[in-house]
Amino acid sequence: MRYSAFSVFLNALRGNTGWKPAWRSPLPKNHYDVIIIGGGGHGLATAYYLAKEFGVTNVAVLEKSYIGSGNVGRNTTIIRSNYLLQGNNPFYELSMKLWEGLEQDFNFNAMVSQRGVLNLYHSDAQRDAYTRRGNAMRLHGVDADLLDRNAVRQILPFLDFDNARFPIQGALMQKRGGTVRHDAVAWGYARGADSRGVDIIQNCEVTGIRRENGRVTGVETSQGFIGCGKLALAAAGNSTTVADMVDMKLPIESHVLQAFVSEGLKPFIDNVVTFGAGHFYVSQSDKGGLVFGGDIDGYNSYAQRGNLATVEHVAEAGVAMIPALSRVRVLRSWGGVMDMSMDGSPIIDRTHIDNLYLNAGWCYGGFKATPASGFCYAHLIAKNEPHETGRAFRLDRFARGRMIDEKGVGSQPNLH
Amino acid sequence: MASLIACPHCGPRPKEEFTVRGDAGITRPAPDAGEDAWYAYVYLRDNPRGRHKEHWHHTSGCRRWLVVERDTMTHAIYTVTDASAEGETA
Repeated sequence: MRYSAFSVFLNALRGNTGWKPAWRSPLPKNHYDVIIIGGGGHGLATAYYLAKEFGVTNVAVLEKSYIGSGNVGRNTTIIRSNYLLQGNNPFYELSMKLWEGLEQDFNFNAMVSQRGVLNLYHSDAQRDAYTRRGNAMRLHGVDADLLDRNAVRQILPFLDFDNARFPIQGALMQKRGGTVRHDAVAWGYARGADSRGVDIIQNCEVTGIRRENGRVTGVETSQGFIGCGKLALAAAGNSTTVADMVDMKLPIESHVLQAFVSEGLKPFIDNVVTFGAGHFYVSQSDKGGLVFGGDIDGYNSYAQRGNLATVEHVAEAGVAMIPALSRVRVLRSWGGVMDMSMDGSPIIDRTHIDNLYLNAGWCYGGFKATPASGFCYAHLIAKNEPHETGRAFRLDRFARGRMIDEKGVGSQPNLH
Repeated sequence: MASLIACPHCGPRPKEEFTVRGDAGITRPAPDAGEDAWYAYVYLRDNPRGRHKEHWHHTSGCRRWLVVERDTMTHAIYTVTDASAEGETA
């Protein structure tokens, strides 16, 4: 059923008895052309674009829990394409363009809100770095505005501009950046993929990968063996666990990142704001809760929960940026498992096995990349060659010295 | 992460006193070990879901480097030893 104002009206007249589940719950078939491991944002987007753009519809998405139970339901919902480097910028801008047309494309309300993203700067050096970043963005055709202190004050008058240690001098703003209702992204892609024939199989954990003559022939799962022509990994924080099944060692560590939401407040913060002197980013949801987060906890973890020390650190950074937050009560906090790559950039590539593909290493920037990741990964799987905007995200770039080190600090598994 | 780390020198101490460095299972190759060995050392990780040995520094205590074996799924700590007892690792 196509969703529209008319369908809402018609179903209201019928007492809302006509709504159908947005996707089926099929039993797995014996064989699929493509199996995608991981029913998160990237896996579902990949299935959607495979079916819609590349005509590959005999596809299954295997999810060990329910769809959207991982990081697509655990992030701070921010979208932006304010990247500096060649390999990153066109890719994230493709993602932004796909976000802009996404709701019409998959006929689902994802509440895409281009409310603007402001990155604050607190020193001359930081202003210069943001000027360079903004210029790089504009050279790639991405919008960027460098705001001075007074311009920021007009937008966000409640910031601590005269902080003794980190006075706010201005901000780099991307007006097209903003937020998206994260769960709806998973649901919209799932519904769009399902309606084109993709089987979404939940509560189906992959326990092994069967190989014959150097090729993958299928996967062992908690619901039995399922054969496949091509196998695509999109397991985020659990990428290593799945790659271990084919003896593939990855340049990835899994770390926990926490996020938070406050009690509901009246409209207060109109944009997404990031603190330049610490790790803190915040926006306000339509329900009124402040959605915010900080840095990873710092130790390897597969548990979807973190530590109080990080909670305190994030709260301190938040209050340093917005003193009015000091009496706001935090309603909930949660953790997600991040696939931290060694240069802060992702991997979308073939592997040492012919019909096995890898999508991993999103660090904690994967949500904004969801549409472009799905699109480029689907292109790679369908045509066996990378999409032009995803070419740089090679698995062998670490061995070849072609890192995409957006932060410019060298190789370590705690970059963004 | 567990709340307490039992330092072999100071006894059980709050984990906030410690700083994590990362995987203790990797060993620095010889300078002439070749590109593959150095690539593996710098970039590749076992990243296990389960038991994992890590270097932690008792920053606000004895300032010794420790090897902590803990579970990355449950966050339980199994053993804590002084790094020097583990032999030469990087």
